[in-house]
Formats: sequence, C-alpha cells, structure tokens
Amino acid sequence: MQEGNVIEVEDLTKRFGDFTAVDKISFAVKQGEIFGFLGANGAGKTTAMRMLIGLSKPSSGEAKVAGFDVYRENEQIKNNIGYMSQKFSLYEDLTVKENIRFYAGIYGKSDQFIKEKTSIILKQLHMEEQANNLVVSLPLGWKQKLAFSVAVFHEPRIVFLDEPTGGVDPVTRREFWQMIYKAADKGITVFVTTHYMDEAEYCHRVSIMVDGRIEALDNPAALKKRFNARNMEEVFLKLARGAKRAE
Amino acid sequence: MISVQHISKSYRQGKGQVKALDNISFEVLKGELFGLIGPDGAGKTSLFRILTTLLLADQGIATVDDADVVKEYRHIRQRVGYMPGRFSLYQDLSVEENLQFFATIFNTTVAENYEQIKEIYVQLEPFKKRLAGKLSGGMKQKLALCCALVHRPDVLFLDEPTTGVDAVSRIEFWDILKRLKADGITVLVSTPYMEEAAKCDRVALVQGGKILSTGTPDELLKGFGQKIYAAKAASMLALLEALKQNALVKDAYPFGEYHHVILKEDRLDDLVHSLGMPDLEIMETSPDIEDCFISLMSH
Amino acid sequence: MRPIIAFIKKEFHHLLRDRQTLLILLGMPIVQIIIFGFALTNEVKNSRIAVMDLSKDVYSRSLLDQVEASRYFDIEREVNSYSELESAFRKGKIRMALVIPVNFEKDLEHQHRAAIQVIADASDPNVASTLTNYASAIVRDFQSGITDNKILPLTIQTELRMMYNPQLKGAYNFVPGVMAMVLMLVCTLMTAITVVREKERGTMEILLVSPMRPYTIMLAKAIPSLVLSIVNVASILLLSVFVLDVPVNGSLPLLLMESVLFTLTCLAFGLLISASTDSQQTAMFISLTGMFLPTLMLSGFMFPIENMPFPLQMVSNIVPAKWYYQVVKNVMIKGVGLEEVWKETLILGGMMVLLMALAIKKFKIRLA
Repeated sequence: MQEGNVIEVEDLTKRFGDFTAVDKISFAVKQGEIFGFLGANGAGKTTAMRMLIGLSKPSSGEAKVAGFDVYRENEQIKNNIGYMSQKFSLYEDLTVKENIRFYAGIYGKSDQFIKEKTSIILKQLHMEEQANNLVVSLPLGWKQKLAFSVAVFHEPRIVFLDEPTGGVDPVTRREFWQMIYKAADKGITVFVTTHYMDEAEYCHRVSIMVDGRIEALDNPAALKKRFNARNMEEVFLKLARGAKRAE
Repeated sequence: MISVQHISKSYRQGKGQVKALDNISFEVLKGELFGLIGPDGAGKTSLFRILTTLLLADQGIATVDDADVVKEYRHIRQRVGYMPGRFSLYQDLSVEENLQFFATIFNTTVAENYEQIKEIYVQLEPFKKRLAGKLSGGMKQKLALCCALVHRPDVLFLDEPTTGVDAVSRIEFWDILKRLKADGITVLVSTPYMEEAAKCDRVALVQGGKILSTGTPDELLKGFGQKIYAAKAASMLALLEALKQNALVKDAYPFGEYHHVILKEDRLDDLVHSLGMPDLEIMETSPDIEDCFISLMSH
Repeated sequence: MRPIIAFIKKEFHHLLRDRQTLLILLGMPIVQIIIFGFALTNEVKNSRIAVMDLSKDVYSRSLLDQVEASRYFDIEREVNSYSELESAFRKGKIRMALVIPVNFEKDLEHQHRAAIQVIADASDPNVASTLTNYASAIVRDFQSGITDNKILPLTIQTELRMMYNPQLKGAYNFVPGVMAMVLMLVCTLMTAITVVREKERGTMEILLVSPMRPYTIMLAKAIPSLVLSIVNVASILLLSVFVLDVPVNGSLPLLLMESVLFTLTCLAFGLLISASTDSQQTAMFISLTGMFLPTLMLSGFMFPIENMPFPLQMVSNIVPAKWYYQVVKNVMIKGVGLEEVWKETLILGGMMVLLMALAIKKFKIRLA
C-alpha cells in the first residue's frame, strides 16, 4: 500500500450470474480525504461500497481498506471503519444515550472512554436535553447527525456514508457537512455517496460511476473544466446520460 | 381543484403529541403543477394521506374535485391517482402484472388507457416480464407512476416521487410531469430537493407542519429581498468559519462550490477588507429557492 | 366482478412465487401426520421387559410364552434375583418386569390361587399403566385358558369390545386433531399475514385509494387460503386412508363441507387479526396464541376435556377447533351423519358468521 493511501482498489469486479454489477474499477483514496462516490441508480455504487466494507466478496480484483485485504481480513476492516446508511443507522426504540452506548460497546471501548465521549458528543450536537429521549422522537436531521457521530465514535480510519443527507432540510444538511469537514480535518477519511449534486462540490475528489465502471475521477474544479460544465450537476448529467444500462 | 382550509393533524408519540400539520391552508387550481417543497418530517406525507382520504384531519376542511375528503371519500377514490412515498407496488409481480392489476381494480384495462401511459411505458416495455422488485430506483418510480395513471385520474398525488433517485432519472421524471400537466391533469407533488421547485407552477415551502411561503417560484425568489454574495477561497472551511465570526455577516453557509453570504448592511468592501484573505473571490449572485428556504427557516 | 378475479389471480401469484412458504404450507400436514403416526405414538409396542421365573414349571412356561407371543412385549432377559432386576430397571434396559413366585403351578392346582408380581417403571406413568393393563389382560387370558374345562364358583367374565377402533389405534384420535390444527394454522396465519403484509409494504395505501370495497379485498384474500385448505384436507385424508389405515366411515361430502365451514371460521379470525394489527410479527404472535395454543390444548385432541377443571371446560366451548374436532371424529371414525352432528355444525356456523361480521366491521377504510 502506497504511503498516505487508506483505500486502494485495483480492477475490483463483482458479477451476479452473467450480470457484471461492478466492472474492473480502480482508484485510491488518501487519508483525510473527502471522497464523493457518485453514480446513477443501478450504476453499481452500492455493490462497490459493500465490497469495500467487507459485506460482499468480490468476484475478482484487489482491494485494501485501511491496509487490510477485503478477501481475507474483513474482520480487521470492520474494526477500522465506521458505516452509516440512510436506511439503517440507529435503534429508534432506544434513547439517544443508549444508542451511543450500544455502538461504543460493540467496539469494546472502556466505560470511562464511553462516558467521556458520550458527553462530548451530546454537547457538540447540542442534544444534552434530548439524551434520554427515544431516537424515534428526533427530527430526521438530528438523527442523521447523531448517526454520524456514532459512526465515528470509535475513531475509525475511514467512515463510509451511504446517502447520509437524503431528505434532510437544507440547514441541517449543511451542519452535517460541517461535521464531515471536521472529521476529515482530524484525519478521518470520508467516503460518501449522495444524490445532491451541490454536495458533490464539497468533496475533495469525486468519482462518477456509469454502468459499473468509473468514468471520471478528479477534483470538482477539474471535472467541471474537463466537461465544460458550470456545475457538478452538468458533469453528472453529461456522464450518466451516456449510460447503456437501463436497469 | 384541491382546497385545503386550516388543516391540523397531531400524532401521539410516547407521552407527548407531535404536531404533523399546523393550520395549513392552500389551493391548487385545475391543471396546475403544484409542489410541496420541504424536508422529511415537514408533514408532507400526512397532508397527502388526508387529501387521498386515508387519514382524518383533527381540524379543518379539505376538498378534492369539489368533494369533501371525509364525507365524499368514495367519489375521490374514483377520481385520483396516488403514488405513496415509499415504493408501494408488488415486488413479486412482474411489471406487466402490476400494471394490469392496478388497471383492473380501477375498473379499466391497460389497452383502454394506453395513450395515457404510453410515453412512460415504452421505457418499461423491454422489462415487462421482470419482477418489480428487481427494477432500479428510477424504473420503479416510472412503473409506480404508470400504475397511478392507468385509470386516467383527474388529480395526481405524488408523494416524494424523486427521493433517492439519481439526478438523470429525476430530470426525466419532471419532464414526464410537465407532459401530464399539458394533458390537463392536476398534479400535487412533494419533494425534498429544493431545486425541483423551479419546475412547478406554484409551490408551498413547508417545514415543521407549517407553510413558510406560497407562490410561483419567481414570486418566492423576488420575495427574498436581500443581496446575496457567493464567496470562494482555497480553504473553504477556514473561509466559512471566518465569515460566521465576522460581525458584518448575517448568515453564511456552504452552497455548492461557493459559500453564500448575506450581509447585515451592504458593505461588501468592508467585509473583504476585514477578512483579509488574499485568495478570496466574492461576487454578487442571485438567490435560489434553497436560499429562500434557509432564510425562512431561520425566522 | 373483474377486479375481484384480478385480485384473486394476484394472490395466487404471491402464493406460488414464494416457494418456501408454499412448501411449508403444503408439507406441514404431511409432516404432522408422519410425526404423529410414527414418532409420537402413545401406543405401546414391543416394550422390553424382564422375567424372573422362580417356578420354572409347565404353567409358568406357558404364561411366559403367551407374554412373549403378544406384540406388546419383548422379553429382553430372564433374571434370577431382585437385585439383577433392579439394576436392569436402573439402567433403563426394561420398562416392566414379571415375577412368578415359586410353586406357581402347585399353588394354582391345589389352592386355586396363585400370585404373580408385575413391576413397572412408573417414571412415565402413562406407559406404566398401559403396560400393566396389557400384562393383566394376558394373565386373564391365560387364566381363562386353563380354567376352560373346570367350573369355578362365581366368576364374572368381563368381555371388552373397543367400539369404532377395535385395534385401539392412536391414529383415530390424531387424524382429526391434525386436520383441525393444520386448517387452523394455514387459514388463520396465512390470511392474517397476507393482509398485514400489504399494510407493511405500503400497497394497502393504494388499494384503499381505489374504488375497491373492503369486502372485495377480504373475499379475494380468503379464496387462496380456502383452496390451500382443501388441498391440505385432501392430502391428510389420503395419507390417513392409505398410509395409516384409518378409514373414512361417514360421508365424505359431509366431512368436506364441515372442513370448509371450519376453514371459513379460521379465515374470519385471520381477517379479524389483520384488521387490528399492522405488523406481520404481531399478526403471527396473535394467531399463534389466540388460535394455535387453544387448538392444541383445549380442543380435546391432546388432553381430554372431561378431565379439565370446570372453568377450562367452559373456555373450551369458545374454541372453534373443539367443535370441528368432535365433528370430524364423529363423521370420520363413527360414521354418523349430519343428524348427529348438527349441533356442533350450528355452533361452528354461528362462530363463523360472528367472526366474519366482526372482521368486516373492523376492516378500516382509512389508515390508522
């Protein structure tokens, strides 16, 4: 693994029967980078992400995440990453505090550590008063911010965020991105998917998947220049409109 | 076509009550494409359910096609098409089977109304034998729209049809809605994507069960009434923090490639001077619906 | 009419495409019949016993020959002391022992009386009492054999006749029980779950915002369960006639009609459950505790109702499976006609109408 890289992917491929969901993708992500992973529905983003977090075994190719091999060392990978998805993040029938404790417990942190960290998180999120409220009663934006805090609670090297801001109001969405920036500042690598094209502008580098392949990978400014586009949405549309795969 | 007068709705949640809708009123004219723009939890789904006769409001009156949503619910159920927020088709039935099923329960056939759905259905036709559960997000939305349209409704209720759908499919979906409007169908659509507001005839911005503002997109933008600047620097995070701490700045937040900045008084030169960033790039820009929303939210 | 046909077609698509569930629903009766027929039998066959024959004379030999000849017992070993006997019991090698004291023949011939001892392992009381009953019967048989040509003073001969089930086969009891259980499970559970699934997946929202009337939805949901139940009744009856040798003594049409009636009762209950819950898990839980347990415990199939305390006997009256179980037993085993089971039929019918009315009334035309 090259110095400074936390993810290295080489010709990673996933086939389901005769359907190639992910077709020989290669890229590397540096430590502390905010890496936007874009693509149309069905382009293979979710499949690729599942391989990287050790939930799905690749058909071929190589990938190392936090220095560990995705084929053999997925247990170590899981200890070094955080994951947050739009669909499942927190237990709605547990309180805010209980959720934090539960997730911290999974990673075997000490009681002292959990206690200190819990109060820091609650303070950062201005949620001290809600600490004993059930998560179900929180507005979506708060839930997502809490879920993010929980995902980075154990100080992972990389955090994978799958459409973390879907449906969140514009103000909270921006607060969420400030949390991402702060995490990246502390050296946590952020790997994020989104359907909001303005959020693509917030990433250091963006990859765009089309039909299972990475068609473009660069920083937003360079991409806009290359595709002669005013914003990332135009870049995305130019690339994704060429998709053959209707599914 | 749709009239909503002082509708309120609360839910019990644990010990307390949550107000999903708080005294909401608006009108949708015949043939209008009306957008309810707001984040999750704004109360959009409750409102759709009340209008489609699935839920009773605590207070207020609503009519659809001049029929009362409580007393004349059977009339409304004949006349409207509804696409719920989450994918609500039978995943274990094929594309074709779903469509035929929904046609039949509305006492019609696919053949009879083929013209109505033709434009959308041609894209689905190659996959008509595929199970609905195996379709991609964009395709699912199109199938759900076909199923809601197959009985030629007068009014179409679309609850977040584009949520979780990629930008390309979203644009295609709005093109379809524009054509439906041209056919004379009244459409009430909700979305959390602010930029989609521009595609509606009129919109209501909703947040926390209340309507923040109603009007045409242009009216809303004109109503913004403040100068807005777009700023950029090498370190965007540092710029944002500097802007937020600056006494001249009323509000600053990231906006795509730039940060949007609203000043307390129009003293741009003073701001540039006090920031003292050599690589700062700042210019006036025009507000977006999202700027309106953010500004209305902070009131 | 077309909407409902389309709806029923859709239900069959759901059913036929979910191979796993279909297999469970169709395989359940077969598995249950096999389990009850071959594994869980309470008949006692070829039980291992020990004998301690301290006489070793002609009579004792001939008695033991009769014991050995019966299909109930297998003489595992002959022992000579009580301590050997005890150790065999302790090790679980034998379930019963027969002890013939010294001078068995002599005592019988001269004193006209002799004693033998039957010792049973009563850690399973039911088996122990069955075994001792069998043993006593064999001894009685032996006794009447040797007294044939002698006149004894004042003997009462009890002549036993096991009506309807001369071979005392357990299958006569459990086939009706399995029928009640399977129909109950399939109809209540399946119906409740298919309705609740539509709520969970959100499709119910669209169905409600359509001109479909609630009773159409319910009817369409009921028909696949009904068809599946008839298939299950047929497979149980075929298995019982051809594999277990339990004949259908009464009228087959009557039996089928009663089964349909019971099925409808269960369906109505399933629909009622689905009207009052929103999650498949809750629906399953209510079906199991509300229908399955009472069917198992209070229908008279596992435990005789006469032996229950009075309050439980009362409760058993509201368990539909109790009445169906009695009807099936009477029609299938005793071969009686409707004139003998009209009362039970009427009760079931009443329950069906009541539950159906409740289910239709409770079906919501809106969400929440």
